[in-house]
Amino acid sequence: MNTEYAIELENVSYSDGPLKIIKNVSGSFRKGKITSLVGPSGAGKTTLFRLCNGLISPTHGTISIYSKNIQEYEPTKLRRNVGLALQNATMLQGTVYKNLQLPRSLAGETLTEDEAADLLTKVSLDKDLLKRNVGDLSGGQRQKVSIARTLVNQPEILLLDEITSSLDRVSTNDIENLIEKINKENGVTIIWITHNLNQATQIGDDTWVMMNGELIESGPSSLLKNPENEKVKQFAKGDFI
Amino acid sequence: MSFLTLSLALVFVLIPLILTKTLNLGLGKDTIIATIRSIIQLLAVGYILTFVFESENLIYIFLMVVLMITAATHNARKKGASIQGITWKLVLTFIIIEIVTQGILIGFKITPAEAQYIIPISGMLIGNSMVLSILFLNRFTAEIEARKEETELILSLGGTPKQAIHHSLITSIKASMIPTIESQKTIGLVQLPGMMSGQIIAGADPVQAVQFQLLILFLLLTTAAVTSIILGFLSYPTLFNSRMQLVKWPDKNNDPA
Repeated sequence: MNTEYAIELENVSYSDGPLKIIKNVSGSFRKGKITSLVGPSGAGKTTLFRLCNGLISPTHGTISIYSKNIQEYEPTKLRRNVGLALQNATMLQGTVYKNLQLPRSLAGETLTEDEAADLLTKVSLDKDLLKRNVGDLSGGQRQKVSIARTLVNQPEILLLDEITSSLDRVSTNDIENLIEKINKENGVTIIWITHNLNQATQIGDDTWVMMNGELIESGPSSLLKNPENEKVKQFAKGDFI
Repeated sequence: MSFLTLSLALVFVLIPLILTKTLNLGLGKDTIIATIRSIIQLLAVGYILTFVFESENLIYIFLMVVLMITAATHNARKKGASIQGITWKLVLTFIIIEIVTQGILIGFKITPAEAQYIIPISGMLIGNSMVLSILFLNRFTAEIEARKEETELILSLGGTPKQAIHHSLITSIKASMIPTIESQKTIGLVQLPGMMSGQIIAGADPVQAVQFQLLILFLLLTTAAVTSIILGFLSYPTLFNSRMQLVKWPDKNNDPA
């Protein structure tokens, strides 16, 4: 185990009943870097995130966060430190402020309106949205609020699941800039799932390619332009413009 | 009332039978089964109660209460089949209800410690607690399914299982208590409670019948609150494992116990 890595996986498998979703995955995510996680639907990418956030545990193998077995962390502390923003951006009914307050209230603390407004500014949203009902937000605004809410816990590792998949070009650019900003300014390790291979090449330092529950290839983000693995070549073919 | 007079009351069974036949409702068989079952069950209970009241033996009172709890548990457990160990949670809830209510009634000498009082009151309270349990379990299992994403969101942000399930739990407790509270608001205006009507028909003083009915109503309020809360707080921890993960529910057809 090496402290150079934020997350390390050793022969990790996860099954849901008879269904094998993650198959013997070994690899690591570098600390302080942005890693793009790509692969077709059903590759097990979201399940991998749920494993790293501790929402589920591996059936076999070991996951380590900063060289410490994930099982040794107190679950609530682990989840605050390994932030997860999912594609569906689930919101509690009520205002944006109520949703931003959620992580703090779970820890028995309060998030002031000023702090909440700063968070909105950080994710390129107008602070006037604070009082708006989440039901009235656009898809892009919802995703940004979801990221802002995850940032309330000031995680050292951030897992972002297809957060730009349903966004327009402008919102996508905003999110891409935000990811780079959070990574550079706060040194947060970011792993994000994207279907856009151009995006993965441009934004990420590293890339993981998963297919059918297996880690097929990993390395610098440029690997997608010249992959070694035949399956990855096939996958990348036609996806690059 | 003699058995001959009672047999004349079967006219009131004939009316729905004729109607169901005329309108082709297809409920004739069920009506006949329900009538026969109610006659056998109630007559059997009548003879058993006569025996228990006359024997004045505490063992028989205890056995009657055990029988009520067993029947209530058997009925309610189907609704919470997906909750691990629901059978014992229900048994514990009914036992607590029985001990708390009878403890107060007998302890404060509100009612005498006699079979004539303990058995009918226990029947009403355990019966009400059973209905409350079914209402609660129905709503709670539906809430958990409907709010699974919200529950996982709270867990993923560092919330505890109790925080993650809080909304579903409170909503289910409230929903199961509402019918009891609402029915008490209109009691005496829309309908006279069965027990009070029975006492009046039997020749009791109406004011005394009302006093006794009020006692039962207040007991039912306690039962409603205690049942939902105990069952809720016993049930929610089984939805999570030691790593604070939402566990997959077993197949509803499997034995939950």
